[in-house]
Amino acid sequence: MDIAPEKQRDMLRQMQTIRRFEERASDDYHAGDIYGVVHCYIGEEAVAVGVCSHLTDDDKIISTHRGHGHCIAKGADLNRMMAELYGRETGYCKGKGGSMHIADFGIGMLGANGIVAGGLPIIAGAGLAAQMDGQGGVAVCFFGDGASNAGPFHESINIAAKWKLPILYVCENNLHSAQTPASKTLAQDDVAARAAGYGIPGVIVDGNDIFAVHEAAAVAVARARAGEGPTLIECKTYRWRAHTERPGQPDQRDPAEIEAWKKTDPIARLVDHLKTRQGQFSDEEFEAMDAEILGTIQASVEFSKASPFPAPEAALEDLFAD
Amino acid sequence: MREITYAQAGIEALAEEMRRDEKIFHLSTDAPGPLIKEFGESRIRATPIAESALTGMAIGAAGSGYRPIVDWRQVTFAFVAMDQIVNQAAKIHYMFGGQTSFPILYRAGVGGGGRSAAQHSQSPYSMFMNMAGLKIILASTPYDLKGLLKSAIRDNNPVISFECNRLGGMTGQVPDAGDDYTIPIGKADIKRTGTDITIVALAWQVHEALAAAEILDKEGVSAEVLDPRTLVPMDVDAIRTSVRKTGRLLVADEAGPTCGASAEIAMLVTEDPETFRALKAPPKRVCALQVPIPYSPGLEDHVFPERNRIVAGAREVMEA
Repeated sequence: MDIAPEKQRDMLRQMQTIRRFEERASDDYHAGDIYGVVHCYIGEEAVAVGVCSHLTDDDKIISTHRGHGHCIAKGADLNRMMAELYGRETGYCKGKGGSMHIADFGIGMLGANGIVAGGLPIIAGAGLAAQMDGQGGVAVCFFGDGASNAGPFHESINIAAKWKLPILYVCENNLHSAQTPASKTLAQDDVAARAAGYGIPGVIVDGNDIFAVHEAAAVAVARARAGEGPTLIECKTYRWRAHTERPGQPDQRDPAEIEAWKKTDPIARLVDHLKTRQGQFSDEEFEAMDAEILGTIQASVEFSKASPFPAPEAALEDLFAD
Repeated sequence: MREITYAQAGIEALAEEMRRDEKIFHLSTDAPGPLIKEFGESRIRATPIAESALTGMAIGAAGSGYRPIVDWRQVTFAFVAMDQIVNQAAKIHYMFGGQTSFPILYRAGVGGGGRSAAQHSQSPYSMFMNMAGLKIILASTPYDLKGLLKSAIRDNNPVISFECNRLGGMTGQVPDAGDDYTIPIGKADIKRTGTDITIVALAWQVHEALAAAEILDKEGVSAEVLDPRTLVPMDVDAIRTSVRKTGRLLVADEAGPTCGASAEIAMLVTEDPETFRALKAPPKRVCALQVPIPYSPGLEDHVFPERNRIVAGAREVMEA
């Protein structure tokens, strides 16, 4: 599929923004400015960006505990994201959600979710809403290999397939369910094989290849918008960092495995493509892009630090809608 | 006014609201026939037996501008959807900083008496009361059910309507069809006024308490029967006001006592200094025995409170 060079740069910019955001979130977490728990998306950036590049604000996505990348790819505001991590009242959730619960309903981001497989039923409802609206909207469910073993995955895909809901099931198979290797939990190596049981297309792509992800998503989005039903796309990818940033939980993965996957870095591959295949991108341009991104991340941190914490009694607000 | 059943009142509430608002649709594993006929299968959807999925779908659809109704049939089946109820529906508005609203009505049958044994004879509303973020209604009459369901459907939050199975065939006076009325969520109703003892009764127990009050009346004891109608938010002012007047409290609940709605009601009364000072006797509870509900009729009937136990309980409070 032809992707305009300018669009490729946009995708690169988003991927690099996700990476720099995660690096900063990790640093500031370890510095004590961000609380609780943070799950970094570094290494998996091509999945969120490749899929979301097909979506508009009217399309819906739902995310996981590892949700920052999906937010950024869907167009979330970095200041409000970082402020949420910082627990400030200017954050997306006014400091009530934190890293695992960033949502922006205004752009169709229906939330990160701290429960593995928790988002699958919810996005099925968004898909049903899109179908009832009849405006060609689609809904995208990001989830991991771990979620594919849980009941809500099967319940939801069965309904989506039966009702031909306009949904993309995007499995980010990073080969590990928290600390446990997927090889110990998946009955079959490929999550995509499960699509056959529901009579929908199941596609496997190199999740570190932005073009492969983009193309598979294009087909699935077109199918969904045409009313032909859901698609399961399994993106083989890898997270570079441990399951969480929480100290005291050593990464049990084989260091050689981690290093091998780093050699398939989706960002480096896109930079290389832009330089060698397109011939219209240079290291200097990438450095300039990166510097600009680092500036926006720094600005989001400054915005967060300048923002007040919510008043303690705000804990009683927003329990119920009016 | 005319006489209709509790079950019919529920159907009428849904039908009237669905006529009023096209964003309302209905999910359940068995679609209600009368509603399919009027609204069609796109709004009255029969789903797979996948309660986790349909409970969560309501959340996603509500967050996308719809007003879904999910009928779990029996609360038993809600337990397989607990993640979606507890981690998602209850928290999603608050956790996301109130960005958008999630207008959802969940309905579930509760209660025993049907010889249905342990899994299908449960009244676990206090488990859900314990989860901040869910409104909970518990109607005892056809009139209350219709008015409360209409309010619940118009409410912009997840509301659970627990509906006692014993009441389904019970008839009562309800305004003529199409005569719009609602009952506000969070407002108790005094079903019988009295001066000597307040009996706070839930769902089916309201009717047993009213029967008990007649027996007590012959003994010269004037019982007030208060029906909270809503468990979250609880009309604590109404309960305290009644107890301050009578000086005595008995709570009658078909659920077990441990951490139950009855425990909450008793504590709301005793922790309020003014109401506590007005008490002439310790409060008492008449609840189910704290066991899974057994099948054999003699066993099941032994477990549940009814009018005679309420009378006995009231006498104890009067003599304390």
